[in-house]
Amino acid sequence: MPALTVAASLAALGLLWWLAAGAWQSRALPTPVAVWRTLAAEAASGDLFYNLGATLGRVVAAYIVAMVVGTAIGTFLGLSRRADRFFNPWLVLFLNIPALVVIVLAYIWFGLNEAAAIGAVAVNKIPNVVVTMREGARAFDPAYSELASVYRFSWPDRIRHILLPQLQPYLAAASRSGIALIWKIVLVVELLGRSNGVGFQISLYFQLFDVAGILAYTLAFVAIMLAVEFMMVQPLERHATRWRRRAA
Amino acid sequence: MRPVGAAAPLEVRIAEKTFISAQGVALTALRDLAFEVPHGSFACLFGPSGCGKSTLLRILLGLDREFSGSYTLPGGQTRTAAVFQEPTLLPWRNVACNVELALPKAARKTDLDWLFEALGLAEMRTLYPSELSLGLARRVALARAFAIEPSVLFLDEPFVSLDEPTAERLRGLLMSVWSARPTTALMVTHNLREAVTLSDRIVVLTPRPARVRGVFDIRLPREHRNRQVVDDLLRAFHIKFPEQAGGGYA
Repeated sequence: MPALTVAASLAALGLLWWLAAGAWQSRALPTPVAVWRTLAAEAASGDLFYNLGATLGRVVAAYIVAMVVGTAIGTFLGLSRRADRFFNPWLVLFLNIPALVVIVLAYIWFGLNEAAAIGAVAVNKIPNVVVTMREGARAFDPAYSELASVYRFSWPDRIRHILLPQLQPYLAAASRSGIALIWKIVLVVELLGRSNGVGFQISLYFQLFDVAGILAYTLAFVAIMLAVEFMMVQPLERHATRWRRRAA
Repeated sequence: MRPVGAAAPLEVRIAEKTFISAQGVALTALRDLAFEVPHGSFACLFGPSGCGKSTLLRILLGLDREFSGSYTLPGGQTRTAAVFQEPTLLPWRNVACNVELALPKAARKTDLDWLFEALGLAEMRTLYPSELSLGLARRVALARAFAIEPSVLFLDEPFVSLDEPTAERLRGLLMSVWSARPTTALMVTHNLREAVTLSDRIVVLTPRPARVRGVFDIRLPREHRNRQVVDDLLRAFHIKFPEQAGGGYA
């Protein structure tokens, strides 16, 4: 009964929270009920959905940019050994630049605008995608490329029917770690240079020392990201790997 | 590859093909290899294993351009089809999609029912390659090759590692779809009986570096080649090529 276990586990956590908030009565540790009231009030005023929407939009945009650019670069490096040898030090460098540095530099160089914000998040994720997709491209089976060249597949067909299916396990891996990383960085980007979104709200409540507000927004956003995982990522993955599950 | 008339033969004139190994050792696979396959006929390349038959096929398929010499493929605008040693189906696409993908976009709507029917694949269209036996996967590879109505067809030991009854059935199927629309075909094989049963011409190669040892033409129509006749043809082949180790001679 995994579903029951999960429910029991979450209920236990909530109970622990409620007991702790009862023992240490303070504005710094609101009870679950207080957080729920804040959440309801924010939802009723429409602020909650406006800010969640803004953050979700940035997550989606940064995710798409990071996956497309990272896949293109990673595939190229995986296929060309010479380019890989040359660019590998760049990759190592970018992998080790802290997210905060990229965000600050992006705002200084490109201004406090949406493109800089999304770009900064994408740049933080791209090196990880490149590393994963490079492994994927190295594992390409040459027999399929030869098939495509003998039967003169068009480029769109090659990408859709030969390249992407072979990359699919790597895409799934990069996607998963990607969404988790991106939404955390998006909050930092919003905190530093945007005037809406979950990150901005959290910085606002931080200045007011309003922990109930901080927790309300955090929990709402975690719930959305879990819903994305269960309702989009997993069904898509099941569709992409349907050919694997049927045994001979 | 210069464009030539529709009834032109497949002409092969390879001067030399040399591989350089990672240690820098040169290995000549083909030297002065020249032969023709008349338009619309079925030829077999027969030779000892490792003599360079597959290398030659890779050159003719345009997969290997590092050689000296030339070749001419038949047909004005060439449509090349290949059946590889492994079926090489895309495991993530079903049978119908695997076949259709080989077709140019404009031809995807073509009715391929007759082909699936002829190869006994009519019920298999929605299956994925992992659900097929090797024999069935090979049939799909044949369907894909014939679907594009090729002007030249290359087959690289398409019946290897099948049990003999399955291989025999598949040879029959190959011949029935090929006869429906004869196209210039070149098949690599180790199996002399198979070569004698199927081909109009057997091009016999020497050990590496491969040259043409001789050509064995069979003018007798395929439908008259019963077991007795095939045995006689094999005997004649061995008189003509006494030094050839008889792969598949039984």
